[in-house]
Amino acid sequence: MSSSVKIKTLTIDERQVGAREDQTILDVARENGIKIPTLCSLKGLSAYGGCRMCIVEIAGTPKLLPSCMTTVEEGMVVTTNSDRIKKYRRSLLELYFSERNHVCSVCATNGYCELQSMAQEVEMTHVHFPYMYPQLDIDATHERFILDHNRCISCTRCVRVCDEIEGAHTLDIKDRGIDIRVITDLDHPWGESETCTQCGKCVHVCPTGALIERGKSVGEMSKRKQLLPYLTKMREAHE
Amino acid sequence: MNKKLTLATLWLDGCSGCHMSLVDVDERLIDVAGIYDIVFSPLVDVKEFPENVDVTLLEGAISTDEDVEMVKRVRKSTKTLIAFGDCAVTANVPSMRNQFKVEDVFKRGYLETTPGNDIIPSVNIPKLLEKAYPVHNFVHVDVFLHGCPPSADNIFYTLVEIAEGRTPELSKRARFG
Ligand code: SF4
Ligand code: SF4
Ligand code: SF4
Ligand code: FES
Repeated sequence: MSSSVKIKTLTIDERQVGAREDQTILDVARENGIKIPTLCSLKGLSAYGGCRMCIVEIAGTPKLLPSCMTTVEEGMVVTTNSDRIKKYRRSLLELYFSERNHVCSVCATNGYCELQSMAQEVEMTHVHFPYMYPQLDIDATHERFILDHNRCISCTRCVRVCDEIEGAHTLDIKDRGIDIRVITDLDHPWGESETCTQCGKCVHVCPTGALIERGKSVGEMSKRKQLLPYLTKMREAHE
Repeated sequence: MNKKLTLATLWLDGCSGCHMSLVDVDERLIDVAGIYDIVFSPLVDVKEFPENVDVTLLEGAISTDEDVEMVKRVRKSTKTLIAFGDCAVTANVPSMRNQFKVEDVFKRGYLETTPGNDIIPSVNIPKLLEKAYPVHNFVHVDVFLHGCPPSADNIFYTLVEIAEGRTPELSKRARFG
């Protein structure tokens, strides 16, 4: 860290905290043991700001802002868990469940899924919106992994790890909004990919049952959560 | 002692797994029997859903025209309606057919998977709705008790809380799946 980096003081949930001027609210909150729910953010990957679970209130701003994309400012007063925020987070999560087909009881990641545990965290007991039941494909052409669009929440963690850590850039995103899809190479079946190194990083950073190993049955697909922190540490050690 | 509450339990489009979990309450069933009279249930021999039920545990999704009639009936006669298990709360496994047309579901179920059979039954059976729905799509639900199945602990907790006049707090206790 260069000595020219300035230190800012702000308040998060009524606690005075210090931060480097280039840090995001989310980083500072985490450093101080204040838990903000996240789905798309993952330490070691670039910030994406897509899931909106990490929204916070900043005094003087009517809009809710994603804490993973908002850098600190001197004197900021941040609230991470008001009733209004909780309500928004719950509605957002309900939308995730209603937009694709989630049937936890028959899912490979049942018991290990971040979306499933997020429902508990934000106290979602049922979905108020009508379910959409889209007809979605499962790409089972890869010899080791399966991509099940029914369970994807479009967090792009897989895309980012494949590009930023593995350097393969096999995975990408096509379309927007409700039509958004993870694709492999130029939207060809994964099994035909010439760029995929079969490293499995995408599978292990995926928060849901959208990316799993072949042959894993209901409740068998736990993810190696330590994989990315380990890789990042090794990198930093080499730099 | 206070007057006992009445309890009804039933399943619509469910697998009876939630009821198995109810039985798993084990020796605490004696406590349940101390606070509730079971007035309607697959476990007791009563044909008509009674009037003025205090609490109903409703397992299963709503999948047929008969289910719709039943759930309305149950709602009318119940003070506290509990959506009991993931099928009742989200439509869960029964909703896996919802991506497909009913005709295609029938074809798959009766013809393609049963070699030699060329009949899709149509008389004397309830008519399938276009989709399987959560209970709250049709009637107001008072308590959502999710889980596939809900744990015996959560079932017992819910029944006791209601009997004590409290609202069960299940959001952190229960989990989908
Ligand atoms: S991906 Fe997660 S939330 Fe979706 S069905 Fe599987 S376990 Fe449930
Ligand atoms: S296995 Fe590795 S290279 Fe292949 S798509 Fe996943 S992250 Fe990219
Ligand atoms: S496949 Fe998994 S990691 Fe990739 S966008 Fe979907 S949910 Fe996120
Ligand atoms: S964690 Fe901030 S938007 Fe997803």
